[in-house]
Amino acid sequence: MKPASFVYHAPATAAETVATLTELGEEGRVLAGGQSLVPLMNFRLAQPAHLVDINRVEELDYVRADDGSLAIGARARQAALERSSEARSLAPLLVEAAKWVAHPPIRHRGTVCGSIAHADPAAELPAAMLAQGGEVVIAGGAGERRVPFASLFLGPFSTALQPGELLKEARAERWPDDTGHAFVEVARRHGDFAVAGAAALVHMDGPVIARVALALFGVAATPVRVGEAERLLQGSSGSEDEIREAAEVAVRDLTPSSDIHGSGRYRIQVARSCIRRALREALTSARRHNG
Amino acid sequence: MNELHPVAVTVNGTPYERHVEARRLLVDFLREDLGLVGTHIGCEHGVCGTCTVLMDGESIRSCITFAVQANGHELMTVEGLAADGRMHPLQEAFWEQQGLQCGYCTPGMLLRAKELLAENPDPTREEVREAVASNLCRCTGYQFILDAVLEAAKVIRHEAAASVEPARVAQEV
Repeated sequence: MKPASFVYHAPATAAETVATLTELGEEGRVLAGGQSLVPLMNFRLAQPAHLVDINRVEELDYVRADDGSLAIGARARQAALERSSEARSLAPLLVEAAKWVAHPPIRHRGTVCGSIAHADPAAELPAAMLAQGGEVVIAGGAGERRVPFASLFLGPFSTALQPGELLKEARAERWPDDTGHAFVEVARRHGDFAVAGAAALVHMDGPVIARVALALFGVAATPVRVGEAERLLQGSSGSEDEIREAAEVAVRDLTPSSDIHGSGRYRIQVARSCIRRALREALTSARRHNG
Repeated sequence: MNELHPVAVTVNGTPYERHVEARRLLVDFLREDLGLVGTHIGCEHGVCGTCTVLMDGESIRSCITFAVQANGHELMTVEGLAADGRMHPLQEAFWEQQGLQCGYCTPGMLLRAKELLAENPDPTREEVREAVASNLCRCTGYQFILDAVLEAAKVIRHEAAASVEPARVAQEV
């Protein structure tokens, strides 16, 4: 089908974008890459009255180091994250995750911040951000506020963003350079959304795990951090037994829904395997750094 | 609501200017407003890739991009591949290697392959497979498409070498 009519706004600056969005309130929606929104509009599942296109807002197109974090502007494409040498050195987990997002033609248009704001529970970038840690900068009529990734995702396709607000920047926390990372996903076909997946970061202090982050996607209403499994691993050596136990603990309370891509039980099985693989891989690279 | 917006684009080297509704999809703009019907419409939600065109050299899905978003940009469609009455080496190779059956996916496949060869002139079979994974073909089973892209890559590499070192390549051949 074809999209319903809408009023089109194409601001040239971030300030103009926020002013337009504030004025429109519930009526307005941000058009960034459009790789999720436009399909929904073609199906007429979404019929926004106003679209505020940020593709002319050059000042929001950046992936750069900023005050110890990796800052990604609202218009930065997923392809830009994938190619960024700064992202590769400051947050390589995010670069790995970006490669799993659909296919290059989608990543040429799709934005990192758009994927975060869309909050698909099976999407890669929200989960990778959740593991990495950091926050988003949200701009609205009353100024800017910051929301940590840990409290951003509220439900499927639902975030702490309010109508009239712009997710202006994502800020990923920098881990020590000798951190190990891994991004593991199982999908029916490469480029599809995940049946289940896991993102892991491991930092070693000699033979023991000093700090670990483990985030899952495709298995709950939002991407999830599994704190209990993380605490179990912290201070351990990351042996095969400990990895297996952490994976059991991580999936214990999950109740993923069933759909055509897999039953809930199958998703648990897949998630358990993804967690084990992600932890082994992240540990191997962390040990190599420490080697 | 139905306000018209100016869209000025260069398609295959030719500048065009039209006024369209904001909801006009780029693929419909190319087909209906510019009469360039080589770009096909498939799934209309960004999955199948038959509507793939190059915008500023990068492959995009024209069915999930609005025409107004292409304003000021340079596009390439399948009509831009052949030059001076001669088919592009990719088109030749798709023909020679039977890289198509019904032909519906072909415009998208050709442009995605063109992008791949611009980035990586000597891809492995696996790299070609990975690259065209973005585009669906329901007839060929993909094997002949991979053959065609690899064949075209070889031809293009030879042509490039010939234009640099005509004497040496002639000897090799």
